[in-house]
Amino acid sequence: MLAKCLRYVSVTAKCWCWVLALFVWHTAFAEGPQPTPSILDPASTPAHEIYNLSLFVLTITGTIFVTVGGVLAFVVFRFRQRDDDDLTEPAQIYGSNQVELAWTVIPILIVVVLFLTTARMIFAIQDAPPPKTALDVTVVGHQFWWEFNYPKLGIRAVNELHVPVSSAGTPIPTYLKLLSADVIHSFWVPQLSGKIDLIPNNVNGLWIEPLHTGMYVGQCAQFCGVQHAKMLLRVYVDTPEQFAAWVKNQQKVAASDESVAAGRHVFETQACMNCHTIQGTAATGRFGPDLTHLMSRDTLASGAMDNTKENLREWIRHPDTFKEGVLMPAMQLDDQQLDQVTAYLATLK
Amino acid sequence: MSTVAVAHAEAEQPWVQPSKGRVAMFCLIIAESAIFTIFVVAYVYNIGKSLYGPTPGQVLEIPFFNSVCLLSSSLTIWLSEHAIERGRIKAFALWWGLTFALGAIFLVGTGLEWYKLIYHDGLTISTNLFGTTFYSLVGLHASHVILGLNALLIVLIFTLTGHVRQEHAERIQVLALYWHFVDAVWIVVFTVVYIIGR
Amino acid sequence: MADSTYPIPGSVEATPRRWSQAAVLEWLNSWVITVDHKKLGILYMVYAIFFLLVAGGEAIAIRIQLIQPHMHFISPQVFNRLFTMHGTTMVFLVGMTYIFGFANYLIPLMIGARDMAFPRLNAFSFWMTFFGGILLYYSFIGGGGLFGAGNAPDTMWWAYAPLTERAFSPGNAPDYWALSLIITGFGTIGASVNVIATAFCMRCRGMTLMRLPIFVWVNVTASGLALITITPLTAAQIMLLIDRYLGGHFFDTQAGGSAVIWAHFFWIFGHPEVYVLVLPAFAIASEVIPVFSRKAIFGYPAVVAASVGIAFVSLGVWAHHMFTIGMTSVGNSFFVLSTMLVGIPTSIKIFNWLATMWGGKIRFATPMLFATAFVIQFLLAGLTGIMLSVAPWDWQLHNSYFVIAHFHYVLVGAIVFCIFAGIYYWYPKVTGRVMSEKLGKLHFWLFVIGFHVTFDIMHIPGLLGMPRSIYTYEANRGWGTLNMIVSIGGLIQGIAVLIFAVNLIWSYFKGKPAGNDPWDAWTLEWSTPSPPPAYNFATDPVATSRRPLWDIKHPDDPDWKYE
Repeated sequence: MLAKCLRYVSVTAKCWCWVLALFVWHTAFAEGPQPTPSILDPASTPAHEIYNLSLFVLTITGTIFVTVGGVLAFVVFRFRQRDDDDLTEPAQIYGSNQVELAWTVIPILIVVVLFLTTARMIFAIQDAPPPKTALDVTVVGHQFWWEFNYPKLGIRAVNELHVPVSSAGTPIPTYLKLLSADVIHSFWVPQLSGKIDLIPNNVNGLWIEPLHTGMYVGQCAQFCGVQHAKMLLRVYVDTPEQFAAWVKNQQKVAASDESVAAGRHVFETQACMNCHTIQGTAATGRFGPDLTHLMSRDTLASGAMDNTKENLREWIRHPDTFKEGVLMPAMQLDDQQLDQVTAYLATLK
Repeated sequence: MSTVAVAHAEAEQPWVQPSKGRVAMFCLIIAESAIFTIFVVAYVYNIGKSLYGPTPGQVLEIPFFNSVCLLSSSLTIWLSEHAIERGRIKAFALWWGLTFALGAIFLVGTGLEWYKLIYHDGLTISTNLFGTTFYSLVGLHASHVILGLNALLIVLIFTLTGHVRQEHAERIQVLALYWHFVDAVWIVVFTVVYIIGR
Repeated sequence: MADSTYPIPGSVEATPRRWSQAAVLEWLNSWVITVDHKKLGILYMVYAIFFLLVAGGEAIAIRIQLIQPHMHFISPQVFNRLFTMHGTTMVFLVGMTYIFGFANYLIPLMIGARDMAFPRLNAFSFWMTFFGGILLYYSFIGGGGLFGAGNAPDTMWWAYAPLTERAFSPGNAPDYWALSLIITGFGTIGASVNVIATAFCMRCRGMTLMRLPIFVWVNVTASGLALITITPLTAAQIMLLIDRYLGGHFFDTQAGGSAVIWAHFFWIFGHPEVYVLVLPAFAIASEVIPVFSRKAIFGYPAVVAASVGIAFVSLGVWAHHMFTIGMTSVGNSFFVLSTMLVGIPTSIKIFNWLATMWGGKIRFATPMLFATAFVIQFLLAGLTGIMLSVAPWDWQLHNSYFVIAHFHYVLVGAIVFCIFAGIYYWYPKVTGRVMSEKLGKLHFWLFVIGFHVTFDIMHIPGLLGMPRSIYTYEANRGWGTLNMIVSIGGLIQGIAVLIFAVNLIWSYFKGKPAGNDPWDAWTLEWSTPSPPPAYNFATDPVATSRRPLWDIKHPDDPDWKYE
């Protein structure tokens, strides 16, 4: 029996060392070549505050686990039936009021401490008033893509959100207003903030205050249909100069290039404009993403693939190749039409 | 070892436990209260949220007569319980039949009200939020009235064919408990729909 | 093992087996028309184990799809159906059925009764549950047929609106989900009513409420909670069907309806539901741990009060599943507090079990191995629950693999472990033979290793930002290796469960004969032959204390002196 217990303990210990090693490896090297969206690697004020709170909670729960687990380990070892047992029954103890009281009061105290700390942070994050320098973005969730409107700047972005970095000297948090055009979605970029749901017929709010430039990934975190898994999200935290340049580009209407007029003609006559908008043209559809600055994005189809001409052509030919079940239909274009419309869209920088 | 014969000094006192019929009906009432609570919450939550279509104030008339009938049927069923406890089967049959009649009148009245709402006021379950929540809440209650009336009718038939006797008093009381519950729910539904919601 | 003093015809061993066709048909028929609580208990358990294997198979398919990024093992549509069906099956067809399997079989035996209060209601409830499950699985072949997985539900087991409205789910998947669960709901209500009525009205002489075995108390509490909690789900599903078929607008946001109210109604059901599932696991543990520690349960009144307390408090915590839906800070804070408070009676129970083991002489037979693992695993599950109750942290962890790890820690680590403990413990009573200890220990070690490999590791992708309900994930997010480890653990658990199934069948034919009381236990069911005759007790027993058989075995030191 002892051998078995020791075996269990050693197996468990080995497993946990392994777990710990993986854990450390992932968190220590999270910023490596992989954009791991780890909540343990915060890059924005609310994410930092949540992380600090989580360390506090983890300390308390960890202590409880070690203590009670230690008691159990002791009990299992010390009070097991020995091989040379005389088979008499041990002393029967039916209860003890003092002991019951003790282990009721102590958890109550722990709960009080945890609750007060938590409530304080809820109010600090949720009810934080936006400073005047805040950037306002309205997020609209769709099946299966993200629409970002910047009302004061008059621009609309798709799937890739650009925000300026914030610093202690010049705080520029971004306040997001979240709406949905169809079903419930959830906006989650772990390194920047906790998540919040996008609910039709409802307005939710979220703020981020990114403190380091870079690209942060996230994705929809509420099952919204067949391609929920590929409703990915990117947030580019730019320097103020980079952000200003990006805004300026987004404010332009679509480039007009005569060499791709054939492609533009295909776009306008093959019902693409029923769903898509290209500013400066007759296309004002709102069901699908705005394509005015399609080539300014790094990915297509909300992160499903890299933004290359080959991918774009294949996407238009047969969207289900990349995102099976997506709402964009294959428009049955022939090869020439595909080449022309791809060439046209490739000019929309 | 055969089954253990465990005898002890406690064998002298009578061993009394609650009646299982009453406990079971009480449990059923708890479960039914939960479902009605959810529909009431849905109704209250959606008061004033319809974007278009007829509003309660425009089309609802307070069903005084119906309600009086239904609530009186609680009184008549209580009187019938009273009768059967004392073995007065004929009186029991009379009050029981009256209960059934009053419940049936309530149901007919509800039907007439719905007829008016659908054909004269154009309010159906799909018209707007008010229509959806109204018909589902009142309809849920009406379906429970129908179930109750079924049970009442079966007992009435058994009574008229001479099969119900004084020893069945407790079972009658269990069934009457259900009927009282249906009436109590109507008080809540009535208040929420015709008083608060209007 | 027939009772030799009273040869009553119809007891299980009386007729010799003859495999003629007529005899087989008669035997099958006896199972279909039975109203005997023991047979119905066995039917519930067979049903539960069957669907445990089916839903486990669904889980294996899910884990194979997720073993590496961008796998093409199954299509997204099929994947979405599989995880919805896995969750729905495990909660309703395994969770709700094991409860009534154990309760129906054991409660009358533990309280000295001849059967449940309403035997025909018992049968009705089982068959309603049975046919509800059949309807749910028919969805795989209804509509688009098996290969495209037909119309099986595919909107997650919580079926959030408005995704389930006709506009976004034009097929019949939500209809199968709603209808089959309404039907099983009737079964649950009937069975719950039966459990409560039996426990309050059918006790043998001397068995006061404060002498009921903890198993009975906790099952009564779970049944009472089920009564309150199942009908809100039925209500929400009726509303969904009204929306889908009669043009209603409950969850139709275009007409002013609310998507959030579905979430409220569902979780008003959903949270107490998980306590309905876990309380009977506590019930089993509270019987196994004392017997194998050779001590009475420590603090019986406290354990009873804590169980009832858990049921009450659990009614007020539901919106901790909705911390990200956009409630006010006051609303969020309220649910943080109520959720943390429910941890208190729960921890009291853990301490009471530990105190029961303290000072005992613990025998680590297979039931006790599972019960001990249960204690530590449930502790850890409770602690990750506390982490999730901290709303700001939940804003990160909600809908991630951390949550999946947490609730599987409870559902598998606590409930399934206790189901195994209970089966190993009571199998001798039901069949007359003890299960193989060798196979049992092999099952235990494989299962506990597989469990920890899967569900310990699974917390990490959650911390690294991996959301749930996704059929694949990006290769560059650092989740691939972790998912592979999780999947391998799942396969190990699958092998362990197969060993368990083999043990169940092998032991029926070749297991050691059990006698009345193979574990030297103290509650009334161990005073009957194994398996018990149809009438349970030849003479009505009289309970002298909380442990009637202890009083007989220790006449010099009976329990009633200390109560």
